[in-house]
Amino acid sequence: MAISGKEREDFEKKLEAYVGIDIGLEDVGRNPVNEAMVRQWCEAMGDELGAYTDAAAAEQSVHQGLVAPPTMLQAWILGGVAMASGEDDPRDKQKELHRLFDAHGFTGVVATNTEQQYLRYLRPGDEVRAKTSIESISEQKATGLGIGYFINTRTVFRVQDDEEVGSLTFRVLKFEAEERPAATDESAAPMAGKPQRIKPALGHDNEWWWQRVEQGELVIQKCSACGALRHPTRPMCGECQSTDWESVPASGRGTIYSFVVIHYPEVPGYTYPLVVAVVDMEEGTRFVSNVVDIEPEEVEIGMSVQASVELVDDEMKLPVFRRV
Amino acid sequence: MTETRNYTDVQLGDNLPELAIDLTVSLIVAGAVASQDYTPVHHDKKSAQEAGMQDVFMNILTTNGLVSRFVTDWAGIDSRVTNVAIKLGTPNLPGDTMNLSGEVTAKDEESGSVTVAITGKNAWGNHVTGTVDLVLPKGAN
Repeated sequence: MAISGKEREDFEKKLEAYVGIDIGLEDVGRNPVNEAMVRQWCEAMGDELGAYTDAAAAEQSVHQGLVAPPTMLQAWILGGVAMASGEDDPRDKQKELHRLFDAHGFTGVVATNTEQQYLRYLRPGDEVRAKTSIESISEQKATGLGIGYFINTRTVFRVQDDEEVGSLTFRVLKFEAEERPAATDESAAPMAGKPQRIKPALGHDNEWWWQRVEQGELVIQKCSACGALRHPTRPMCGECQSTDWESVPASGRGTIYSFVVIHYPEVPGYTYPLVVAVVDMEEGTRFVSNVVDIEPEEVEIGMSVQASVELVDDEMKLPVFRRV
Repeated sequence: MTETRNYTDVQLGDNLPELAIDLTVSLIVAGAVASQDYTPVHHDKKSAQEAGMQDVFMNILTTNGLVSRFVTDWAGIDSRVTNVAIKLGTPNLPGDTMNLSGEVTAKDEESGSVTVAITGKNAWGNHVTGTVDLVLPKGAN
């Protein structure tokens, strides 16, 4: 539960004191902008732009000589290996602010937005330094991750002669994280492996049908008393109320009765745009499934289709339809 | 890569050639090291797992670097990036692929600046969405 009442009031008053202040430290690049670090960056990113690593090409370009990739801006002042220790500089007001959030239950942290502005590209020899200030702290917000506050910081980058070369605004959410055990079991971690489709809810009345699909078969439930076909599967015949049933193979041939094309929201595991159709099967029942290998704008009501039972991800088989 | 794109060649609605990035541990660690970002979750699997993730995940600077590369691959050597604004979504984890796509959404005649809206999508959804502003040369080069 997030703090409330007087406690929240006092907390938010403490937060106010941080708005607009410098975090108290200046980050100074330990090396001037140099070709070795640029090359390493370009190799990591697979960036082959001549302006960064090909002196002759850079000379003839608008840059008139080698420049550093603009998105490297922050790399020139980051702490390197020392960051791995996780130790905070006690003078750092930003860390102090984060600890204040932690102490009030807002222990989660996630970066949500960054914006970098470049006044000019950096060149070998430029000596970069940066100062960061806390620009704003939002009101308390309810977010998908939990209740929290957004903190905006702004970092201004300067080089020799106090020339401003760019800036970075950074937005993080400090939120009340739900207790979650460490993901030592890999399969329990969020986003472990590849996303798979949502599985059908199996029960007494439909499990047998999905087992047949798993074996590559497409069947239709048939009343053993009156012979009427029905789908989706259910325990009793709607025509004669008999609970005796059997199944017959479906030809898979049908025509599209209706369809939708789903664009949004996208659920992991599915490919979009996703065509979902209600198909009139030639036996007289209807199936709902995807129409595949077709541009969504080419799908039409009345179009003849053929079902085929296939793996639709790493785990699940489904009858899907193709135009014939 | 010395070719370049002129401001006049670019139309609103133009799509950039898509770029698929294989998300390997090597890329994630190389990007973190190249950006001097040794926060343990970007190179140490155990730390990442203690933070609730299944494996090391890409840092923001690498995302920025890949987005910039994607746009300048298209724009060429005489372009100048002036602004990169991104929103972060699902993390980039090893074993996945990020597909970058982009579309020209604005042009400013006076400055010769164009805005490219970009999306970097992995199997779990959008890793990154945002815009890149860059100035392109005008006229024949």
